Amino acid sequence: MTKSYEKPKLMSEDGKRHDGRLPEDLRPIKMEVGILKNASGSALVEYGGTKVIAAVYGPREAQPKHISIPTRAIIRCRYHMAPFSTHERKSPAPSRREIELSKVIREALEPAIISELYPKASIDVFIEVLNADGGTRTAGVTAAALALADAGIPMRDLVAGIAVGKVEGVLVLDLDELEDMYGEADMPIAAMPGKGVITLLQLNGVLTPEEFEEALQLAWKGLKKIYELQKEALKKRYTELSIES
Amino acid sequence: MSEEEVKYKIYVNSRDLVTPGDILAEGNVEALNYPYVIKEGNYVVSTVVGLVDIQNNNKVGVIPLEGFYYPKEGDMVIGIVEEIGVTHWEVNIRAPYKGVLTASDFLGRPFNPAQEDLSKYLNVGDVIIAKIESFDRTRDPLLTVKGKDLGKVTEGTIIEVDPSRVPRIIGKKKSMLNVLTSETGCNVVVAQNGRVLIKCPSEELEAILILAIKKIEREAHTSGLTERIREFILEQKILRGVIKSDKVL
Repeated sequence: MTKSYEKPKLMSEDGKRHDGRLPEDLRPIKMEVGILKNASGSALVEYGGTKVIAAVYGPREAQPKHISIPTRAIIRCRYHMAPFSTHERKSPAPSRREIELSKVIREALEPAIISELYPKASIDVFIEVLNADGGTRTAGVTAAALALADAGIPMRDLVAGIAVGKVEGVLVLDLDELEDMYGEADMPIAAMPGKGVITLLQLNGVLTPEEFEEALQLAWKGLKKIYELQKEALKKRYTELSIES
Repeated sequence: MSEEEVKYKIYVNSRDLVTPGDILAEGNVEALNYPYVIKEGNYVVSTVVGLVDIQNNNKVGVIPLEGFYYPKEGDMVIGIVEEIGVTHWEVNIRAPYKGVLTASDFLGRPFNPAQEDLSKYLNVGDVIIAKIESFDRTRDPLLTVKGKDLGKVTEGTIIEVDPSRVPRIIGKKKSMLNVLTSETGCNVVVAQNGRVLIKCPSEELEAILILAIKKIEREAHTSGLTERIREFILEQKILRGVIKSDKVL
């Protein structure tokens, strides 16, 4: 890919984005559950060019033992980008950014998991970014929630993630890498749509209070769609099998 | 019960497929199997992927389709010895916690660690059938081998299945288990933690039985499975030459 440091045109005159989407459109989304055999639960999620795998192990005995908590299960989360996931090779060592994202994703999932059921145990979530094209943390949260459900871990609700942002003065949903890089604002949000609870909200850039409100409404629209797709993905394995047999 | 108390509304049908966060019912409805069903305010919500189970029109539960084994007192489990302590063994029972089997329980007499070595009786990797004697949030599950058909396993093959499929492998009033044993002539022990011990008269029958169990695991959520398994075993028997096909066709 050729590198240009000039800002590309991100919004066309007819209100379409650089990839032809309308501001409130999502990228094509693909979800698949139960893709890894060794994990208790796993999922693959694609938001356009972004491709993320999540694997869940547990509840299992916490290792090392001293990190366990007597009243609930601990949840550990690792967000990691594969060295081949970006244009230029990314060092496989966890970066400052990945450590932060691991923490915020864990905190986005914790309210959903009924961890009090499994004292002293640990639930380990691994999120591996295979291809990065913007919105990897939100795709990661979506994949992790699916993997947790696939593992059979009781959850109050599924967690879905989506980003909203501002590009050339227009509020847009589900930013890709280009829009994230050259846009004015990027706001990833994760929530439990069934309960209406936001569990992750970050904002990079500037939005006025009015824009923030509007962006939040736009995000809810996207979250609801993703939530439905998640449910569909979880049910798909069973409905497909029933038709077959 | 006054009239106001029975006000409720159930939004799902029996055997509906639900996912975490699905609202099952509203109002004065009993939630059957916590933690797969929880009460959130006035709502009854599913927490897992599973099939809805409605009893007496006012009790709602969910039978999970995905899951892991969580120990329960009185369950029969098949464990693999993982570690040898001074007076106990630590046993992998496929649960979040290790099972503990004390030496005195296994030997049936007082045990003096100064005189004897536990590895003489059970070594790492040995398989036992045990019962869960006690388990609560504060302590690891305590196992016992006192009882009929419990103790060290010396022969047979172990198959691991998803623990949520165990009820289906046994079937209503052991119907599925009866099909498996009578059609293949194998001895089948299904433990609650998803390990199945089989002892078969021949290799072919063992292979057929394993395939049948894997088929049940895959299609656990479909109906009419017992009959399909019976046919499947018959087909496989003909295919592998265990019985001649002209007998059936």
